[in-house]
Amino acid sequence: MSYKAKFKVWRGEGGEGRLEDFTVEVNEGEVVLDIIHRLQATQAPDLAVRWNCKAGKCGSCSMEINGKPRLGCMTRMSTFAEDETITVTPMRTFPVIKDLVTDVSFNYQKAREIPSFTPPADVRPGEYRMQQVDVERSQEFRKCIECFMCNNVCHVIRDHEENKAAFAGPRYLMRIAELDMHPYDVADRKEAAQQEHGLGYCNITKCCTEVCPEHIKITDNALIPMKERVVDRRYDPLVWLGNKIFKRSK
Amino acid sequence: MEIERHEYDVVVIGAGGAGLRAAIEARQQGKRTAIVCKSLFGKAHTVMAEGGAAAAMGNVNPDDNWMVHFRDTMRGGKFLNNWRMAELHAKEAPDRVWELEAWGALFDRTKDGKISQRNFGGHEYPRLAHVGDRTGLELIRTLQQRVVALQQEDYETHGDHEAYIKVFAECTVTRLLKDGDRISGAFGYWRESGSFVLFDAPAVVLATGGIGKSYVVTSNSWEYTGDGHALALLAGAKLINMEFIQFHPTGMVWPPSVRGILVTESVRGDGGVLRNSDGERFMFNYIPEVFKDKYATTEEEGDRWYTDQANNRRPPELLPRDEVARAINAEVKAGRGSPQGGVFLDVSTRLPAEEIRRRLPSMYHQFKELADVDITAEPMQVGPTCHYIMGGVEVDADTGASAVPGLFAAGEVSGGMHGSNRLGGNSLSDLLVFGRRAGAGAAAYVDGLAARPKLPQDQVDAAREEALAPLGRDGENPYEVHHELQRTMNDLVGIIRKAEEVSEALEVVEKLKERVRLVGAGGSRIYNPGWHLAIDLRNMVLVSECVARAALMREESRGGHTRDDFPGMNPEWRRKLLVCSASDGSSVQVEERLQPRMRDDLITLFDRDELKKYLTDEEMAEFDGIAKS
Repeated sequence: MSYKAKFKVWRGEGGEGRLEDFTVEVNEGEVVLDIIHRLQATQAPDLAVRWNCKAGKCGSCSMEINGKPRLGCMTRMSTFAEDETITVTPMRTFPVIKDLVTDVSFNYQKAREIPSFTPPADVRPGEYRMQQVDVERSQEFRKCIECFMCNNVCHVIRDHEENKAAFAGPRYLMRIAELDMHPYDVADRKEAAQQEHGLGYCNITKCCTEVCPEHIKITDNALIPMKERVVDRRYDPLVWLGNKIFKRSK
Repeated sequence: MEIERHEYDVVVIGAGGAGLRAAIEARQQGKRTAIVCKSLFGKAHTVMAEGGAAAAMGNVNPDDNWMVHFRDTMRGGKFLNNWRMAELHAKEAPDRVWELEAWGALFDRTKDGKISQRNFGGHEYPRLAHVGDRTGLELIRTLQQRVVALQQEDYETHGDHEAYIKVFAECTVTRLLKDGDRISGAFGYWRESGSFVLFDAPAVVLATGGIGKSYVVTSNSWEYTGDGHALALLAGAKLINMEFIQFHPTGMVWPPSVRGILVTESVRGDGGVLRNSDGERFMFNYIPEVFKDKYATTEEEGDRWYTDQANNRRPPELLPRDEVARAINAEVKAGRGSPQGGVFLDVSTRLPAEEIRRRLPSMYHQFKELADVDITAEPMQVGPTCHYIMGGVEVDADTGASAVPGLFAAGEVSGGMHGSNRLGGNSLSDLLVFGRRAGAGAAAYVDGLAARPKLPQDQVDAAREEALAPLGRDGENPYEVHHELQRTMNDLVGIIRKAEEVSEALEVVEKLKERVRLVGAGGSRIYNPGWHLAIDLRNMVLVSECVARAALMREESRGGHTRDDFPGMNPEWRRKLLVCSASDGSSVQVEERLQPRMRDDLITLFDRDELKKYLTDEEMAEFDGIAKS
């Protein structure tokens, strides 16, 4: 049942680092985060990793496993061959603090730039009446556990530091869509989505949707509809093209 | 070396539901507020809450009201609850839930557009406001977004997002500081850099959650190391009810690496049933005397209840958690367990697959991805897991104030509200109700102060030395000490306890204390988990000692405290609280104290026949006097 696996784990701090080799025990049913914890307990007590719930609910243990953004707690060791070397590195889009821990403050700064839920002034708490079908669209986006892997994988900022100032990333463009689709939100968010949060940078390659551990259809259900809402006022050739390509495949 | 220093009116430690609600309140009352938390903002353990927030809104059954909720809560806690807290909680929970909606929360809806409410163990009516099975995430995200909204307001007025409320994320507090008998601040370190930080503040609200990391099998995350419990003790406050620990009946049992992870009670609330290896719905054999008239005695009646609650009694799978956990434990011990050492929880034969995926999406996901089990097609295997501590800082019900002036507590770290056993769904509502009250209590306390207490330099120096000590030492691996503590508590002070075993645990804990003083951590101060654990161990050992000492003293079985050698409830013990203190800062003393008598208008909400099961003859005579007048 148990075997020794080969791991390469990125170790380093202060802008320097390298992949370090480990040979470590793996038991039945374990996930990558278990192996990282075993390394901490037996070989590298100061190995830095973020984690909390270990059940895919908090979005803390985002990392790149063999180059793919994954939650460490939801990546089962049984998905790898026993003789495969598994490479674990920190998320690439954010500056490394140490080992697998990155500085994700970019995300919190973007969260703050998006105007909050704005209900009508005359509805008091307890008076809200909404139909299930009307809240379901925004509920899908509120499943987001803020693992930030969509922002990490998005090519607009993954290797383009210069775009970070103008682009909120899929997570926060989806937040705008969530508020725009909230039955009681009265703020006008369409112009700002395009002008201030960089919706136009998105060229709907769906990388964000592919890595979302909550299986939220970020591109199809949030970003494209948001682009369509913007297009009511502006012409965006990508939306036109996107409609052609993606509507047809449905 | 100069230590980074910040001045605030109120410092809230912990950024789960209680901490955020307290901070929001303090800021809304105009106080400069800091939120200090060990993880990133929005990651707190509250995200793990699945089922919902209990609030008697009466949206699904109009017969529900605060009095019914109050009665359910007291029954669930076996009448040991602080009745004033149970009263405030039942009365205020609906307002707290509605308020979330005005801050952007999107709960599931009823047909007429109101907030939907679901059934849960021990609640007489459908009462839990929910969003699928991810209610905790909705709650934390809504509060997080409310904090951001307040920061945006502050930016408009003051040009600075953090003028009045700031989050210190990945920052751990290791000591509370006092000027004489009053709180004057807190000392901690940044996890990221390892450098120290000092908060100069007259009021501190503890909202640090629980202690589950002292056990091997637990649904709790690494953060649950009893920090607030220990900080309070070390600052001179008292803890009550520490012997009462809730073992949630349904944790995952396989694979080993996820053992303990929670399987929401909603599975049972929505129709799931428990079976043993003989295929028997064994809960029908475990309905205790005090609940006999409230639960179905046949499977047919239990099944009818899901569609007709007026004419049928609820199935015994929905007994309070302590009862279900003990029953599962007994079935496994009797050799009727599942292959991996639990029992079967089956919803696949009870609801259509589509409905299961809609109502229990994260359970579906969790089993599919972590255990290769499709819950729409086969049963889950589940067993008890350490989930929640009913005990905590003894506080004033109305303000959250502890015995130490300037120190407040709310949520799991506080004690009293849930008595000897918490009902599912009463935690999220507890966080909101008492988080708000503690924030308001702290704000009012600050308003009443004539002068700001001072930070004593000698305490700062001592705290600094204490935190640095493990780094310089060539000592034992902290992970090994932690593991031994977890095994000890799990095996000897677990779900079923006896005097010899608990005494043995106390001996081990005594030795572990010494080993904790000698653990060493290699590496630098930058994001060093080994060092962080070495510091947290002090708290875990201190709190474990409280649990074990109180468990040894209470010679009865009640709620989350089951003594093999004292199997029944004893009315004399119901009147007594066990109060822990640590006057010398390292060893725990426990003393008995009488509970205050329940207010007349509250006790008369119960039938005489029910009270008779819990109260002493003397108390019953008093009750008869009140009832007559």
